[in-house]
Amino acid sequence: MRLCGCVGACTAFFMYKSRMDQTPLLQMQGISKSFPGVQALKDIDLTVYPGEILALVGENGAGKSTLMKILNGVYSADEGAITWQGQPVAIHSPHDAQALGISMIHQELALIPYLDAGKNIYLGREPQGAIPGTVHWRKLYQQAQADLAELDLKLNVRTPVRFFSIAQQQMIEVAKALSIDARLIVMDEPTSSLTDREVDTLFSRMRSLRERGVSIVFISHRLEEVRAICDRVTVLRDGILVGTHPVAEVTTEDIIRMMVGREVGQMYERRNRAATDGVVLEVRNLSRGDRVRDVSFALRRGEILGVAGLVGAGRTELAETIFGAHPATGGEILLEGEPVHIRRPQQAIRSGIGFVPEDRKRQGLFLGMSVAANVVMAILRRLTRPVLIRWPRVEAITRESIQRLDIRTPSQAQRVRNLSGGNQQKVVIAKWLTLDPRVLILDEPTRGIDVGAKAEIYRLMHQLAERGVGIIMISSELPEVLGVSDRILVMHEGRLAGEFDARTATQNDLMNAATGTTLNKGMNPA
Amino acid sequence: MIGTQTLPRQFNWRPFFQKYGLLMSLLLLCLALSVASDRFLTSDNLLNVLRQSSINGIISIGMMMVILTRGIDLSVGSVLALSAVIGADMLKNEGMPVLQAIGICLLVGAAAGAVNGFLVSWVNIPPFIATLGMMTFARGAAKFYTDGQPITGLDSLGQGFRYLGTAEVGPIPMPIIVAGLVFLGGAVLLNHVPFGRFIFGLGNNEEAAYLSGLPVNRIKLFVYMAAGTLSALAGIILVGRLNSAQPTAGEMYEFDAIAAVVVGGTSFDGGEGTVMGTLIGVLIIGIINNGLNLLDVSAFYQDITKGAVIALALLLHRAIR
Repeated sequence: MRLCGCVGACTAFFMYKSRMDQTPLLQMQGISKSFPGVQALKDIDLTVYPGEILALVGENGAGKSTLMKILNGVYSADEGAITWQGQPVAIHSPHDAQALGISMIHQELALIPYLDAGKNIYLGREPQGAIPGTVHWRKLYQQAQADLAELDLKLNVRTPVRFFSIAQQQMIEVAKALSIDARLIVMDEPTSSLTDREVDTLFSRMRSLRERGVSIVFISHRLEEVRAICDRVTVLRDGILVGTHPVAEVTTEDIIRMMVGREVGQMYERRNRAATDGVVLEVRNLSRGDRVRDVSFALRRGEILGVAGLVGAGRTELAETIFGAHPATGGEILLEGEPVHIRRPQQAIRSGIGFVPEDRKRQGLFLGMSVAANVVMAILRRLTRPVLIRWPRVEAITRESIQRLDIRTPSQAQRVRNLSGGNQQKVVIAKWLTLDPRVLILDEPTRGIDVGAKAEIYRLMHQLAERGVGIIMISSELPEVLGVSDRILVMHEGRLAGEFDARTATQNDLMNAATGTTLNKGMNPA
Repeated sequence: MIGTQTLPRQFNWRPFFQKYGLLMSLLLLCLALSVASDRFLTSDNLLNVLRQSSINGIISIGMMMVILTRGIDLSVGSVLALSAVIGADMLKNEGMPVLQAIGICLLVGAAAGAVNGFLVSWVNIPPFIATLGMMTFARGAAKFYTDGQPITGLDSLGQGFRYLGTAEVGPIPMPIIVAGLVFLGGAVLLNHVPFGRFIFGLGNNEEAAYLSGLPVNRIKLFVYMAAGTLSALAGIILVGRLNSAQPTAGEMYEFDAIAAVVVGGTSFDGGEGTVMGTLIGVLIIGIINNGLNLLDVSAFYQDITKGAVIALALLLHRAIR
């Protein structure tokens, strides 16, 4: 993988050399933008050549999204100019951007859940039927089918997209962007919810696009991916351009240093202490329809149990079933040896289980409410005297949480919507910590958050484990699963397909189990 | 992010309007009416506005709680009528003591609300449809129960039942006091009781609320029951003032309540709104009604004007946000 990336990057470098002579496809010069109270961007230059993949990296809040929103006409810059193929242009709306040939794939999916894949891909651009004003549905679905086939996707184009997984929806977004015949595609964290295999597919599609002369701006927190696929990398920090370099000329450490402005220690700190003896949570033959089938495992006090698997393998469903968000159809759950009956999240919470869901904005946060309201929501009922809320307690608990998790917010009253992704995730975790859980389940806890915040969340998980909390961490990032967990379960098609000791397992072991290659054999005793 | 020092120092109007815009609209409206009519700015008239607004105010608090959960209750007017006629009938024809009749009346409102809440939460019917059904059902039931005839002559059965509608404490009419207490209770519940905060949480993000262990279905049940009960309470006041319980009472009351809540800044997207905003919204609607009367605007034009003013208020609201 790494070697591959290197070779790729080198070839890309030479191709890039020859491209330097060309007229840039896009030039953004001296872009500045301020919002009430903050200067989000200051004097940013960004150049994209035809047929290159440019990485745009930076911590959350560095200004990447703002810059891309200016390019897409969502915001207008206070200062600066945009040149497209040598011509100065004014982009006032996403529609203008699309007319130029700029296509944007947002991190938050912009698909309409109730429409099917075909209608989503051709939304607003439906092929016309024989009678003007009508839609040629057959043609639309044929084209959509072809668009998906180009990405090696075998999805039914007539299925409403809400029935697809996030990963599949992401790929539909990609198909949509490709179908527009864009000259420049901006991808904001396109891989954050994809499995490695899906990422490979996406990357090979990106490479063939590059060969066709299409340019891509690739926003990602995963620097290995930047190394693997990008030609140049532009780094932003706190709204300022740190620099643009050919990827082949800088190391990953260089990039991290430019992003955070300081040295970052080893990402994953191996814990010395193994889990203690006591079993805190035991699951026996747990099933939920055909999503979770006959899963049994035990979680010890102070243990971090990683759960790996492909998207759709039933990991999230397993977590939701334990938490009672979707009741089990069979099996039993024991907490500290006592069988518990969990049909609703409330019951799980009362038993001391916390759940940090996969999609924090949709499932975890009250975005329009304050940091304080989010932090205390789950424990509010215990903060009354006799029925009225004791605000000083709320204030104290929030202050403590902000301190303990290092949540960066101007005040407790700040709306969570205005925090960066990493800080939002900390708020979700803080909500559960107020309840002092015995078991904490985290589903993709570091998705879409920056390097610095990731390290902090790992440290926090370690601290909790030290204090005896049993932790289940679902993650699609294999290095993360291997680096953070003590023990790893791998799921495949709803079943447990393997159990590994994180100290000895390799990414290959996990992938083999996840793809079903070692099903029922080669169980590596932990 | 870079600090604020690079920004020119100038007063930012947007937050100011966001905070005080509604109050300013109210004051502006009052100012305009004081100029247009010399009868407006008299204590008699102002008390009158408050008394007339109190029924809408009581209903609006319930409506606000429902809208905070991303719901809507179209049945408030019909439920008012149904509970009023049943309460009055208990008093007049069944010879029930006053307090008991009032209790029955409130219970009918609560029960109708409970049906709404049950349909919306457990059965998962969209609030608009569920309460539209209740709107028709309760109106029909009220007419069926009374044979379409108003129940009158409650005077002879003692002043008790009419007390809430007609009594005065010093110079202040009882309906204003009742409405004041309802607003106070609403403010305390929504701002200082966990359950009230849950209403905001639920409206803000239902899935996150469920996954945070909030009793999502019970919250919905509660807000619809509150809306029904408060409609019944408003009904008692109305009956008291009119000295008759009519099966056709409260028609279009849902309109005034929704208008007041929304003009007051509560978002149809749920999770956002204040009791103070709703209070001002109720007063604005009340003053518009009062002003149109003072200015002798004909009934047809009144509705047109009211609709236009509300649309304008919402436009302004959106522009400021």
